[in-house]
Amino acid sequence: MLILTLAAIVCIALSFAVDRKKTYQGCLKGIRMFLDILPTLLLVLALVSIFLYLVPGKFLTDILGAKSGPLGILIAALLGSISLIPAFVAYPLARIFLNRGIPPMTVAVFITTLMMVGILTLPLEIKFFGKKAAIMRNLLSFFGALIIGLLMGIFL
Amino acid sequence: MNFWKILKDYFWVVIFAVFLLGSLSLGFDPGKQIYSNFSQFILEMASFLPIMFLLIGLFDVWVPREGIERHIGQESGLLGAFWVILLATLQAGPLYSAFPVAYILSKKGASVRNIFIYLGTFSCMKIPLLTFEIGFLGLKFSLLRTLFSLPVFFIIGVLMEKYLGKEYKVKLAKL
Repeated sequence: MLILTLAAIVCIALSFAVDRKKTYQGCLKGIRMFLDILPTLLLVLALVSIFLYLVPGKFLTDILGAKSGPLGILIAALLGSISLIPAFVAYPLARIFLNRGIPPMTVAVFITTLMMVGILTLPLEIKFFGKKAAIMRNLLSFFGALIIGLLMGIFL
Repeated sequence: MNFWKILKDYFWVVIFAVFLLGSLSLGFDPGKQIYSNFSQFILEMASFLPIMFLLIGLFDVWVPREGIERHIGQESGLLGAFWVILLATLQAGPLYSAFPVAYILSKKGASVRNIFIYLGTFSCMKIPLLTFEIGFLGLKFSLLRTLFSLPVFFIIGVLMEKYLGKEYKVKLAKL
């Protein structure tokens, strides 16, 4: 993040040195875009915070551990699609799944759907891509993630 | 922008804020935990998203459409896909931070296929994320995932272009 901040400062300074008016326009555009999505963004973050509280890691481990086979994989795919868990929580959690004896295929499906499908972030995605494209991308990604996870499971 | 319009946009956010404030002052435990989750996400978001939007604004005024269109536009082929994949792997952050980048690339003439290849690779092939994944789940896991993911993103990109049409543009819909 520090690199990004430094890069941004250098860019803005350079841009300002070359053309003040253009820089002003560009920054204004950026700020306006940010303010445009801010309400939706805050709503999504609120939903995710509530979700993380309602569905703690232990609950996920219990559910995935209890069901094995195709049903376990389907549950993993659905849980992965709904959840938005930051990477620094998701990977340690996946490690715990594996240590608990949950099959690698189920864990792989959980990780791939988690990353590629975002039901909770859908409001934000719709804001940029429109309903049609956002829903289709998530649908295709759901099946794509399922295929990737199953293939991985064969080799793991 | 008048007061009522803003209130309407932020209606649910205000209700959520009242819930958090109430929980904190009354010591309602679930609310306190949700607050701690929420503040963590806000910090994560605030650490890069506003800066990214400034850069996107600058990108918009400085980068000519022709350049983007030539490299990752309709006629760019496999090399175009290579450029968007490279761009995606070098970034970091949650998937929603890729949306504004997709918007500006689309505005500058990137092809629909490349936009969705970009989103796909962003969702699971970022290098900072991969190092983390290898640490927890092992090299084999990450390698297999990356290997199987790439063709899937290609297919998704092609299918999305078929479904939406070549003229489709990512745009920021007003509420």
